[in-house]
Amino acid sequence: MDLTLSPSEAAFRDELRAWLAEHHPGEDPPGDDEAFEHRRDWQRKLFEAGYAGFSWPKEYGGRGATLIEQALFGEEMARAKAPQPVNVLGMVMGGPVVITHGTDEQKDRWLRAILTGEEIWCQGFSEPESGSDLASLKTKAVKSNGEWLVTGQKVWTTYAHKAKWCMLVARTDQDVPKHQGLTYFIMDMEQEEVQVRPLHQITKEPEFNELFIEEARIPDENLVGGVGNGWAVAITTLMNERAGLGAAAAAGVRIGLEELKQLAHERGADEDPVIRQRLAQLTIEVELLRLNSWRGLTQIMKRGVPGPEGSLPKWQWGEINQALTELAVDVLGEEGAYWDSPWTYRLLRSRANSIEGGTTEILKNIIAERVLGLPKLR
Amino acid sequence: MNFDFSDDQQAIKRTAKDLLADRFKFERVRELAEAGSYDDDAWKELRELGWPGIFIEERYGGQGLGVVELVILMEELGYALAPVPFLSNAAAGLMIQAAGSEEQKQRWLPGIASGELRAAAGLVRGDEAKLVPDADEADVIVLCGAEGRRVVERSAADVETVATMDSTRRYARVRANGAGDALEGDHRPGMSGAVLAAAAELTGVAQRAMEMAVQYARDRKQFGRPIGAYQAVSHSCAQMLLETEGARSATYWGAWTADAEPETLELAASMAKAYASDAGWRVCSSSLQVHGGIGFTWEHNLHFFLKRAKVDALLWGSASEHRERVADLSAVGVAAGAPA
Repeated sequence: MDLTLSPSEAAFRDELRAWLAEHHPGEDPPGDDEAFEHRRDWQRKLFEAGYAGFSWPKEYGGRGATLIEQALFGEEMARAKAPQPVNVLGMVMGGPVVITHGTDEQKDRWLRAILTGEEIWCQGFSEPESGSDLASLKTKAVKSNGEWLVTGQKVWTTYAHKAKWCMLVARTDQDVPKHQGLTYFIMDMEQEEVQVRPLHQITKEPEFNELFIEEARIPDENLVGGVGNGWAVAITTLMNERAGLGAAAAAGVRIGLEELKQLAHERGADEDPVIRQRLAQLTIEVELLRLNSWRGLTQIMKRGVPGPEGSLPKWQWGEINQALTELAVDVLGEEGAYWDSPWTYRLLRSRANSIEGGTTEILKNIIAERVLGLPKLR
Repeated sequence: MNFDFSDDQQAIKRTAKDLLADRFKFERVRELAEAGSYDDDAWKELRELGWPGIFIEERYGGQGLGVVELVILMEELGYALAPVPFLSNAAAGLMIQAAGSEEQKQRWLPGIASGELRAAAGLVRGDEAKLVPDADEADVIVLCGAEGRRVVERSAADVETVATMDSTRRYARVRANGAGDALEGDHRPGMSGAVLAAAAELTGVAQRAMEMAVQYARDRKQFGRPIGAYQAVSHSCAQMLLETEGARSATYWGAWTADAEPETLELAASMAKAYASDAGWRVCSSSLQVHGGIGFTWEHNLHFFLKRAKVDALLWGSASEHRERVADLSAVGVAAGAPA
């Protein structure tokens, strides 16, 4: 057991920390389009420094980073309060799918533009009637004259209005069990048949969109992983999304906790024994999130593949961030009600933390069935 | 970065698990608990294996290993609910090793390491330590409080046995009445080690209670299905895993700091004890709920774990006291009254 960084890990972290200090893009400018372009520039800077697609194999423009390096990268990005690069979905989900399941032509066509941020990717999985039960989705793709015609509705698509490509899972066979009738496509968003409508969330921001798709066209060469394999292909990306994110998440909430302690101190609330107990409990849970994540990473490295344990940090992170923002608003007292308080935004935004990227209930199902071996209800 | 045991540590864990599973089949634990006694033969065997001195320096007759190895043993002792006088003896050894003079160490550590002597450790509040494991049959007792630390011979102290809810372990109230020698050195690493040993035991207890719940949820059928297929039950089991793993991560980290990053030890130990105290109790309580009525019977084994978890939670600083310590050490405002 050694919970310190090895000399090479420490050197990597120091180099990254110095680079981030020098190249930090600053806060997003006002205005959605301006903020978007600001983050696209940030993506480009990361790419030029070799930090985009950091976990991808070298032959595809990545760095072939180890899991430890990925975790350190996430920690340092959070520590520096650096914004997410604009094409995060392409790098975390789209690219790895193309690398794992795509043809050589597909790799040549798509991978580089993901890393540079020239082509933004969005994700078309969830539908109004298919959330946690993703495999029940109804968006239909029918083959006609060598291309696919897609009709249906998608929801929760971040950056859909800016995206060139959509990772789309559609039903190509109605007559087989639900998991077997799905196919994974890369759909061109620049066509009239795809309409994007912003979805305002409880914070009033339009962070997500709805997609209305009416006979949109996808050429056959944009199908990834074979007809009927869409579920397996999609699952690869979900595992990628969860593995190794714990360390970055822990670093993020640790910063939030420091800000909360500062707030409690300024308000004199940190002498209140009840607030002290709650602050201490959060301090412990933030530390445990970090420790559980690192312990999980050690296990993945020994075994070689991400497993269902990745569900634990995601669950913990959501609970911590919610409790943290609740405590901050309690500390603020009546001023916690004000709309323009930054903690109001964080309190409200954190409600989604136990839903996005797998609801806590689904994560508990995964743990119960796949870690503890309890029987399935279905 | 490698958050896993070395091959040697893995071997210690496996050996401990197998040995304890063999010596402490649950019927045996129940028989001892109901008689209020310990297994002397098993204790002799553990002594011969060098367990009591695992963390004690070789020059005092120990094995010279660290707190990591100690918590490995403690977790397995908790999992087996082994009725042996190990925990309090180790805590006293940790305290003397950390804060004792050379003379005190030479006088007490070799006996504690070999098990020829029996030692106990308690937290003093006011003029009394109210919950000292194994003080009655100890030769020497370490008392730790805000006023200072003392090593007291059993014969010089007032020791009054108390019946607690945990019949698998014996407890006493102890007053030193000014007898004994002061421990002048920095006792905090020793106390932190003791607290981590208790957190490790709680982790083992929680692991066992969770496994019992999961097994029962697979076997027990109601409304035509195993109850573990219902989310009200399976999600409760998932929560047990979250809390057990949290207690484990905190304990292992704390033990590692004891051996490798002493400046973090006190904070890590209080984090582990605060979290494991709550987790141990909650996991055992939820396990009882999963078991339903049978879990509430004396005949079922679960209640022994539940009771051990509660008494361990109260031992050497409660969750609230250790949280206050965490607030203090992690720079939350001004320090209020914290446990020693």
